[in-house]
Amino acid sequence: MKLTATFRIALRALKRNKMRSILTMLGIIIGVGAVIAMVGVGNGAKAQVEAQIATLGKNMILVFSGSMTSSGAKGGYGAAGTMKVEDSVSILREVPGVTMVSPEIRTYAQVAAGNQNWYTSVLGESADYFEMRQWEFTGGSAFTEQDIRSANKVGVIGKTTAEQIFGEEDPVGQIIRVKNVPFKITGVLKSKGFSLGGSDQDDVFIVPYTTAMKRLTGATVLRGINVQSASDDATARVTDQISLLLRQRHNIRPGHDDDFTVRSQQDLADVFTAQSKTMTILLGAIASVSLIVGGIGIMNIMLVSVTERTREIGIRMAVGAHGWDIMLQFLIEAVTLSSLGGIIGIGLGFGTAKTISLFLGWPTMVPVFWVVGSFLFSAAIGVFFGLYPAKKAAALDPIDALRYE
Amino acid sequence: MQPVISLESIWKIYQSGDVEVTAVRDVSLTVMPGEFIAIMGASGSGKSTMMNTLGCLDRPTRGRYLLDGVDVSGLTRDALADLRNQKIGFIFQGFNLLSRTSALENVELPMMYGGHRLPAKEVRERAMVALELVGLAKRFDHTPNRLSGGQQQRVAIARALVNQPAMLLADEPTGNLDSRTSIEIMDAFQTLNDKGITIAMVTHEPDIARYTKRNVVMRDGVIVSDIQVKDRFNAKDEMRRLDEEHQAAKLVK
Repeated sequence: MKLTATFRIALRALKRNKMRSILTMLGIIIGVGAVIAMVGVGNGAKAQVEAQIATLGKNMILVFSGSMTSSGAKGGYGAAGTMKVEDSVSILREVPGVTMVSPEIRTYAQVAAGNQNWYTSVLGESADYFEMRQWEFTGGSAFTEQDIRSANKVGVIGKTTAEQIFGEEDPVGQIIRVKNVPFKITGVLKSKGFSLGGSDQDDVFIVPYTTAMKRLTGATVLRGINVQSASDDATARVTDQISLLLRQRHNIRPGHDDDFTVRSQQDLADVFTAQSKTMTILLGAIASVSLIVGGIGIMNIMLVSVTERTREIGIRMAVGAHGWDIMLQFLIEAVTLSSLGGIIGIGLGFGTAKTISLFLGWPTMVPVFWVVGSFLFSAAIGVFFGLYPAKKAAALDPIDALRYE
Repeated sequence: MQPVISLESIWKIYQSGDVEVTAVRDVSLTVMPGEFIAIMGASGSGKSTMMNTLGCLDRPTRGRYLLDGVDVSGLTRDALADLRNQKIGFIFQGFNLLSRTSALENVELPMMYGGHRLPAKEVRERAMVALELVGLAKRFDHTPNRLSGGQQQRVAIARALVNQPAMLLADEPTGNLDSRTSIEIMDAFQTLNDKGITIAMVTHEPDIARYTKRNVVMRDGVIVSDIQVKDRFNAKDEMRRLDEEHQAAKLVK
């Protein structure tokens, strides 16, 4: 029998029982929908996280004072000031593969200019900091090595802070007061958006770390050190060597906990990748259960259909249908049912992913591989679960089938 | 001339639990082309088994069956299906049309199976010709539930004819029809037979058997009589007489 004719018969049989067909497809629709929605949202989230991690800069390694793993009470990063400027100098000098370092001081303070004021995060960094983080300027430029050495009262302003204090005005060259210390603004930074932790990275005023220590905090210890390794491949080795070096410098005996924490950009990415993997496995489990249940539903309905149409099978066999023709007819019906469910499911999944993304502000991305893959998989479910009923139909005896009431 | 049907010592034994039931015992029968034969008998006489055997739906336990010169006995399931498709046109008591499928598509059905791959246009044309032959060309798009019993049976006849088989095989073709429609169907059979088509029909009604040329009576699995019909009914005359009787009955009233 011709395949197109068989396909037409299958479609007609499904159309005859519209409600039943739709209900049967539901399992596949939900299963495929879940897969597509999961992949769409998951990939969107992943892209979002990757973009945020990329805002950290290139091949960044962050060294924090204090340890996450110290026994007893655990402070946050930088809780115990254990890092010194000398540590950063020594990292740059002694660890091969380190291209730049920037000692970091952080304080929160009110900044003011004219009659405007704003409470913001004031960072003390080196002159290399902007290059390390690949942070571009919309106006002016970074402070210089000379500014660091002389602890000059200069700074670079973040976009949010600039808007709050100066509005539309160009802040470059203006004077801004931090804790009543006047600073001259040398540059305005381009927006970087929100960080992974959800804070506004542009709500900042960055000054030379020497100035911050001397004029603002009076501290002699650092919150941490930003380190840039030469390449992606070198990052793991550099991370280990920094740990070794710091343990040595801080006289930490073997068996004792570090008084610092080293995290590479890659580590952060891995944490989030692991999270999205957990989500994927969970949703994948839901999807596969739904697909299996959907497949069993198809098998059930096909068995009913074979029984209902026993007489039809008998007639077809009497006029010359081979067992194979009958089997193909029911198999195609099952595959049509499941792949139609797959197509609807793909549509539904896209819709769901788009809706979720709309609320979370993520992009939706469903790779073609997943669309084609889930379509083929739903078709395969039709073949797998349709095979038994189809074989049963094909094995019918024409005499019995013709007599069936 | 080669016989259409040649049964040589056919036995059919069913295994029913531990008991063996012999439905047909040592039956031999020859039907030549152009014959119109009725196989008669009460229920349990073995005529249904004969029908299934003749129709290649079932294989005899013993004996040889040559259909149009082909030995059917050793054939596989699929080969039997092809034989049914090419050589036999089935007509059933319950019509056995596909419901919710137009008359035309029902007639096209045998052309969907078997080895031949006709273009869709020719399939359609051949089906229309067959419908024309039974006088239903105008109702080609009607589904069976919109046709009367007689019309449904005529669609079934068209379906049986469409592959130009060696013979028509009818199983109680008038069993579900009233007497006038029965005569109509017999008229269709007689017309086809006059054109040279071989027809074998199973029936338990002696009246219907008198429209055929030859009556074979079975009892307990054996043929007890095999006679040529002498005073054969002519369907057209019978119909005319029936109409006159109706007319007369109306006048009396």
